[in-house]
Amino acid sequence: MKILVAVKRVIDYNVKARVKADNSDVDLTNVKMAINPFCEIAVEEAVRLKEKGVASEIVAVSIGPKACQEQIRTALALGADRGIQIETEASPNSLSVAKLLKAVVDEEKPDLVLLGKQSIDSDNNQTGQMLAALAGYPQGTFASEVNVEDGSAKVTREIDGGLQTVELKLPAIVTTDLRLNEPRYASLPNIMKAKRKPLAVKTPAELGVEISSTLTTVKVEPPAERQGGIKVGSVEELVEKLKNEAKVI
Amino acid sequence: MSILVVAEHNNNSLNPATLNTVAAAQAIGSDVHVLVAGLNCGGVAEAAAAVAGVSKVLVADSAAYEHQLAENISLLVAELGKGYSHVLASATTTGKNFMPRVAALLDVDQISDIIKVESEDTFVRPFYAGNAIATVQSSAAVKVITVRATGFDAAEATGGNAAVEQLSIVHDAEVSSFVGEELAKSDRPELTAADIIVSGGRGMGNGENFEILYSLADKLGAAVGASRAAVDAGFVPNDMQVGQTGKVVAPQLYIAAGISGAIQHLAGMKDSKVIVAINKDEDAPIFQVADYGLVADLFDAVPELAEKL
Ligand SMILES: Cc1cc2nc3c(=O)[nH]c(=O)nc-3n(C[C@H](O)[C@H](O)[C@H](O)COP(=O)(O)OP(=O)(O)OC[C@H]3O[C@@H](n4cnc5c(N)ncnc54)[C@H](O)[C@@H]3O)c2cc1C
Ligand SMILES: Nc1ncnc2c1ncn2[C@@H]1O[C@H](COP(=O)(O)O)[C@@H](O)[C@H]1O
Repeated sequence: MKILVAVKRVIDYNVKARVKADNSDVDLTNVKMAINPFCEIAVEEAVRLKEKGVASEIVAVSIGPKACQEQIRTALALGADRGIQIETEASPNSLSVAKLLKAVVDEEKPDLVLLGKQSIDSDNNQTGQMLAALAGYPQGTFASEVNVEDGSAKVTREIDGGLQTVELKLPAIVTTDLRLNEPRYASLPNIMKAKRKPLAVKTPAELGVEISSTLTTVKVEPPAERQGGIKVGSVEELVEKLKNEAKVI
Repeated sequence: MSILVVAEHNNNSLNPATLNTVAAAQAIGSDVHVLVAGLNCGGVAEAAAAVAGVSKVLVADSAAYEHQLAENISLLVAELGKGYSHVLASATTTGKNFMPRVAALLDVDQISDIIKVESEDTFVRPFYAGNAIATVQSSAAVKVITVRATGFDAAEATGGNAAVEQLSIVHDAEVSSFVGEELAKSDRPELTAADIIVSGGRGMGNGENFEILYSLADKLGAAVGASRAAVDAGFVPNDMQVGQTGKVVAPQLYIAAGISGAIQHLAGMKDSKVIVAINKDEDAPIFQVADYGLVADLFDAVPELAEKL
């Protein structure tokens, strides 16, 4: 069984994004970048399926400028077998990413495609579902457990009310939630080995996909700052403030 | 220009988030239709028809839609959506699951999690965990949008009298099936609908200790939430997680106990009207957003607070 994993290069999750002074976008100059945490979980799941003997090959794909090869190398160091970078100027919108991934799916014919449920920069939560629709595949989004057997995948999903389990015919799309697994750290020998693993570079044109967007960003602003509050000295004072000042109880 | 809102429900009752989504639709235009797709969901259709400002309710009643499987629902919504200027759903786990499929089938970008409508083609949405707010304009023929409930005051649940139309369109992609569900049962208010929320973090220490928060919540008629660390540690189930990748809430009062205030947690609660933080570390970042901070051991402060109310 072959698994395709989509990994995105994003702002490190510990870094608080700042808006540019001209309100055109978020300022990413000199900001620490990393693999999207949900994508790391997707890679880990793929590696575990390989270790269990369920999967035989893992291909990691990333779409973006050359720098995203770093995140592909991270995936290779964690246990993916080979990588594909699709060279674009910036990371395109989710729909264009989904179209590019669909073209890769057509070429690679994976049995399972793993993606993160959400990029922590765009906060879109769209790409996996869009890819599933374009490919006509079933989807198990926000997965906290994945069991693959006999041509199908049972996926437990984190939903607002609790948990839901669905059964999907393979090939299928799974997007990861935080509790699916805890990613391992890449060992130094594996990081060295990853440098020698194959990494192919393609262009959208080679895949027959035109990148386009129906969205334009008018402006980007920082959120309204909360007025600084006060420290209270006791529970008594807190109750008094909540009753008489804030009037919320 | 007509706007289609896809109702969220469990075949028995309309999820309150749908009322906020209807309100967002009304901020875009006046001809608002609601689709109720499910099985034996006639009661939900009646509830939708009673929502003020809804002009038509479409009902697709079929076993294929019973569990809101994204593969089936998206085909139905995309087929209907072609005839609308906008298609809206709530940014709940259900809406987030099927709407991007609808967008892809219609070959348009989706706008996720809007908190404000500027005009019929321009919308406001947070990204980067709420640390930046984007205003985006869409040229898509059909604008596919998910709506964050906290951004819009709910439409009135009564006062409307929409016509109800039965549809006979059945889409069954036959690639997925529902196996089962484990839904959390609680007599407390639902997190996203509660006026007061009491949340616990890693500082709670273990699941049993959450009892002190439950007692406080019961005194206040509050819902109980948690940080991801508390969920990860197995103290409480996942449906209680508040944050960037959990639930987004904006109650009148949010009390955070033993929560440090990571970016990802703040993303889910910093629009609450009044925030109270109880933490024994006076430098905890949660104090930067708290209206009232109490530096104390929560195991003393929380029971005392419950007692003094
Ligand atoms: C991709 C991604 C998504 C995430 N999404 C979310 C999300 O949606 N929601 C979320 O919450 N987190 C999320 N996180 C996790 C987030 O980064 C933090 O790790 C988490 O919020 C920390 O939870 P905490 O504040 O409970 O724990 P900690 O940061 O460990 O803080 C515990 C606090 O409790 C205090 N404390 C301990 N004992 C006591 C006591 N007896 N009395 C009083 N105070 C005490 C400590 O001083 C400390 O401040 C996400 C992380 C990633 C990588
Ligand atoms: N530029 C990209 N390259 C590779 N994968 C991506 C890219 N953008 C999105 N994805 C995948 O889609 C998931 C969800 O992203 P989004 O829809 O942007 O929230 C991510 O976790 C990735 O797995």
